[in-house]
Amino acid sequence: MIRFILLQNRQGKTRLAKYYVPLEDSEKHKVEYEVHRLVVNRDPKYTNFVEFRTHKVIYRRYAGLFFSLCVDITDNELAYLECIHLFVEILDHFFSNVCELDLVFNFHKVYLILDEFILAGELQETSKKAIIERMGELEKLE
Amino acid sequence: MNPFSSSTRLRDMIRAIRACKTAAEERTVVRKECAAIRASIDENDQHYRHRNMSKLMFIHMLGYPTHFGQMECLKLISSPGFPEKRIGYLGLMLLVDERQEVLMLVTNSLKQDLNHTNQYIVGLALCALGNICSAEMARDLAPEVERLLQFRDPNIRKKAALCSIRIIKKVPDLAENFVNPATGLLREKHHGVLITGVQLCTELCKISSEALEHIRKKCTEGLVRTLKDLANSSYSPEYDIAGITDPFLHIKLLRLLRELGEGDADASDSMNDILAQVATKTESNKVAGNAILYECVQTIMSIEDNGGLRVLAINILGRFLSNRDNNTRYVALNMLMKAVSADTQAVQRHRATILECVKDSDASIRKRALELIYVLVNETNVKPLTKELVDYLEVSDQDFREDLTTKICSIVSKFSLEKIWYIDQMVKVLSKAGNFLKDEVWHALIVVISNASKLHGYTVRALYKAFQTSTEQETFVRVAMWCLGEYGDLLINNVEMLDIEDPITVTESDAVDVVEHALKRHASDLTTKEMALVALLKLSSRFPSCTERIREIIVQYKGNLVLELQQRSIEFNSIIAKHQNISSTLVERMPVLDEETFNARRAGSLTDAASTPTGPSVSLPNGVVKSVAPLLDLLDLSADDTTPAHSSSGGDFLQDLLGVDQSVVSQQSGATHTSKNGTDVLLDLLSIGSPSAPIESPPAQSNSSIINMLSPSTSKREPISSLDDLSSVSLSSRASPTAGAASMTDLLDVFASGPSTIENNGPVNPSITAFESSSLRLTFNLSKQPGTPQTTNIQATFMNLSSNAYTDFVFQAAVPKFLQLLLDPASGNTLPANGKGSITQNLRVTNSQHGKGRN
Repeated sequence: MIRFILLQNRQGKTRLAKYYVPLEDSEKHKVEYEVHRLVVNRDPKYTNFVEFRTHKVIYRRYAGLFFSLCVDITDNELAYLECIHLFVEILDHFFSNVCELDLVFNFHKVYLILDEFILAGELQETSKKAIIERMGELEKLE
Repeated sequence: MNPFSSSTRLRDMIRAIRACKTAAEERTVVRKECAAIRASIDENDQHYRHRNMSKLMFIHMLGYPTHFGQMECLKLISSPGFPEKRIGYLGLMLLVDERQEVLMLVTNSLKQDLNHTNQYIVGLALCALGNICSAEMARDLAPEVERLLQFRDPNIRKKAALCSIRIIKKVPDLAENFVNPATGLLREKHHGVLITGVQLCTELCKISSEALEHIRKKCTEGLVRTLKDLANSSYSPEYDIAGITDPFLHIKLLRLLRELGEGDADASDSMNDILAQVATKTESNKVAGNAILYECVQTIMSIEDNGGLRVLAINILGRFLSNRDNNTRYVALNMLMKAVSADTQAVQRHRATILECVKDSDASIRKRALELIYVLVNETNVKPLTKELVDYLEVSDQDFREDLTTKICSIVSKFSLEKIWYIDQMVKVLSKAGNFLKDEVWHALIVVISNASKLHGYTVRALYKAFQTSTEQETFVRVAMWCLGEYGDLLINNVEMLDIEDPITVTESDAVDVVEHALKRHASDLTTKEMALVALLKLSSRFPSCTERIREIIVQYKGNLVLELQQRSIEFNSIIAKHQNISSTLVERMPVLDEETFNARRAGSLTDAASTPTGPSVSLPNGVVKSVAPLLDLLDLSADDTTPAHSSSGGDFLQDLLGVDQSVVSQQSGATHTSKNGTDVLLDLLSIGSPSAPIESPPAQSNSSIINMLSPSTSKREPISSLDDLSSVSLSSRASPTAGAASMTDLLDVFASGPSTIENNGPVNPSITAFESSSLRLTFNLSKQPGTPQTTNIQATFMNLSSNAYTDFVFQAAVPKFLQLLLDPASGNTLPANGKGSITQNLRVTNSQHGKGRN
């Protein structure tokens, strides 16, 4: 199960933070700070997996942005790595050539996309097309 | 419109925040926005509610408090339109979590929305419920969610399935209600619904054994067929990732099959074929394919035994190990770790590859590989493996060395087949990376060496040879010092040569050179220096020809700033110079250390570590030592600084030595007089206590009186309290050690020693030669007035050593700022030649920093 998803830039600014487990606000800030510290200085040659407290963080860097998933220790790391990539592809499709600014100004959209992709810390839909279409439908209702 | 209400758009606010150059500016902008939003909330302004909520979410993400917006979420959720509800639920998920009271208020809105006619609104409610539902909400809303599992729209069904996972995690009792609808989802063709259904079933299996039984019986075959269809399906662009159709679904199916196959032979049997197919047919050149293989291997290793499949699985992992992708290698190592218990032999076959991974450039891979190698070591491969690891130690990264050395030492001591091998390996490790080792490791080595009576000569020669090439490692030097001191004579005479050894020629002075080098080595810490001093003392008796040289070396430390070294130096000097008759018995070889006791203590030290930080002084049966600890306190030096030997780290081992000796001594204390052997033992403790008193005391009476005086019951408590109270030294503890020290020094017949004077400000101080050349000698007599410890009186005496008389002799002195100097007039200004007369002059130096400096 995914505990939380973080999207941070190199300076540690959080662009998206989704928690599937309840945490106090102060605890959330601490987690965000610690995860950023963990991933930002890691040698790119190293694995994309870091142990974090009693869980592990699967992260991947796209340009200046770090996508980090905190998952259970027994979960399939490679699958989640692929999962991050799929999410990025969806964002890329949705914003057509996504960049950090898109995510800043449309942060609420990013959350809504994520809600169509992952729910309750589990994978909800694996088809990029289905998610983009669904988002289109929902946008029409606005 | 309210003039205070915020009319800026979300976009403008974000822009304004981004334009801020400093954190303070950003805070101002955010504060302004928050004030506007609050005002708008107070106005109950519906027009801007939607926009305010978006802004609040952004502000929340920046890390500012936004609790005042929580009620706004509820208002938005209860409004009729989809856009309001959408932003309301989004806000709810971000700003509120399941533990907040506010959430209780939303249950009713959720219930209504779950029953809404608009399926998009139902979707919103399910999404919110899935992400933040609490146990109470789970109970209240479970029937709605259960019903929605059969909803006509697949988007709702998959959301409901994941919602159910959250619900049964919160309230496991509800699991049985979900079993039937969940199994229904497994027959779905829609990937989204199928994958969520599979995940729900996996969760049900984990939570309830009845559900597991049910699903196993009803669904195993169907799932195997689904997986087969999926694996054989032709290219479908919608789900394709790197040439594989929906790897995520593959993985989730394999995960569920693992749940079903575990502990059930029939179910395991029915999935053998498909597992074999997935394991052999899946492409392994992309992450997606490897992820499937990895999941498949896990399933194979977990289900009931099928030898053929397991070999296949471990071979896949073997292939992973040679993959260029670090991530793949990492998971392979992780998995092999788990597979070791199932099939060690199969894993052993990949030992060589794993060993290569220990040398990888990626730290996390190295770590995993090392752990795995550690598990794979057994009697037959321990020698080559250890050799590889020790060889690698030399070129390994600094930060990896600690791990590596610890593991090597652990392997070596676990499989110490022969003592000679153990000693060889340990000497190698110590000389290469001894600094990374815990003290107990080299303590253990010394215990082993001490017990290997046939190998004493061999060991000391090996250490001597190793010492020639490397002296960087502190612990190595310590072990070498100990062995040289104990067995130095065996080094010179090539005693107990083994066949495998090349004879070496070492003269007595070569051996002393080594110890001297260790003593003067810049990097040596106090413990090492102390050990080197003790080694020198021991060698002084073993090598009569070098005695004078050794004495000279020792004497150099009589003025050392560190009390411990100074005291040792003075004592040892006195032993060598004045008590040759007893010195050979004093420095006899140590009795063999008791391995059993050491091991028992080591095992026990973890549990009682907390209670024995003051161990050394407590366990000493000999009261002299008792006085040493408080003395150090009085000196206002931290115990760690001055006497690592006393501190708990070094203490463990010493305590062990003591533990061994304790029995000897306590026997003696029972007897009426002390044998020679007793003094020996006490002397061996030299590095711990003040050896001098027992040495010098007339053998029988005083020694036993000391022991009586310090019978355990009284001496045990006292030092603890004074140690506890490091900072504030009570008067009583000040008195007793001073007395002890004084009597010691009297006995020793050396000039009144430093320790008692420094802290006591007593009148007796050594006179020191401050300057000496061929023409002039200047000596200082130091003294202090009781009650004014900050002031030191110095009586300077000048003596002319040249053959010409000095006239108009003037002495000038300068001091650092924190001191004050008062120069009295000199007794004269003419110095006759050839030391026939002297001038004296009094100086008074007052230290304004007294008592504020070191601690």
